[in-house]
Amino acid sequence: MNVELLWWEGCPSTERALEMVREAISELGLPEIEVHTREIVTEDDARDAGFIGSPTILIDGADLVPAAAVEQIGLSCRVYRRRDGRISPTPDPDDLREALERAARAEVNS
Amino acid sequence: MSLTIGDTAPDFQLSDTEGGTWSATGSGATVLVFTCNHCPYALAWHDRIAEVARDYAERGVRVLAINANDAERYPRDSFEAMKDRVGREDWPMPYLYDATQEVARAYDAKVTPDVFVLDGERRLRYRGAPDSDYDDPRAGAVWLREALDAVLRGEEPARAETKPVGCSIKWKS
Repeated sequence: MNVELLWWEGCPSTERALEMVREAISELGLPEIEVHTREIVTEDDARDAGFIGSPTILIDGADLVPAAAVEQIGLSCRVYRRRDGRISPTPDPDDLREALERAARAEVNS
Repeated sequence: MSLTIGDTAPDFQLSDTEGGTWSATGSGATVLVFTCNHCPYALAWHDRIAEVARDYAERGVRVLAINANDAERYPRDSFEAMKDRVGREDWPMPYLYDATQEVARAYDAKVTPDVFVLDGERRLRYRGAPDSDYDDPRAGAVWLREALDAVLRGEEPARAETKPVGCSIKWKS
């Protein structure tokens, strides 16, 4: 499984997001998975990566939370909605765990 | 040059989404919150700041939200988008547009949200975050409330400065 966190320096939530991903991997017993990080520096980088905000977490290339059509590509902080409706700069931990579980199951079944 | 606690803050004239004009000078305490529409930190803290505006209005405190972001690069922070948002939501405070970014620069605002509390003489009495955790609504903008309570008692806030946390202000290039 390939887990990649795309980040931009204008947002202070990168460390918290990275911690969340590592915790979820550990809780699910998937310790051999390495989390790769990629800095998005310029608007061109953002366009090339389809980056809609920091942090963006890709699991096997797929966005943890599929982006809405209205999301703009560019250097900004990403708006996530937690399951209880709150807005947050980081994804819901349950969404993260479920996405990792799905990817792990898909890997086993492939 | 950065403002220091105790400094007289710069005055300004800014319009809000309803056509009103506001300045930093008031008879009581004034809270300036540099904020915007597109930043998750500003959005996460918005309800807590709005509650402060409601809770302290009767005590003569004005809360002024100010958006200074470059709307060309971030259209969700345009004046039209501000008006649309205020129309859809229940805002207990005016939403001011700093189109030239001069006010944000004068205050050396860094992020959204960045909170400044001024006393009735326009002296800076608190600067920083509303509370310690954008992700915990129970935090209740307590740092801002403590600062306001102190100012309203005529005292110095015990915690006069904290680190503002949020999205960088989107300066025009």
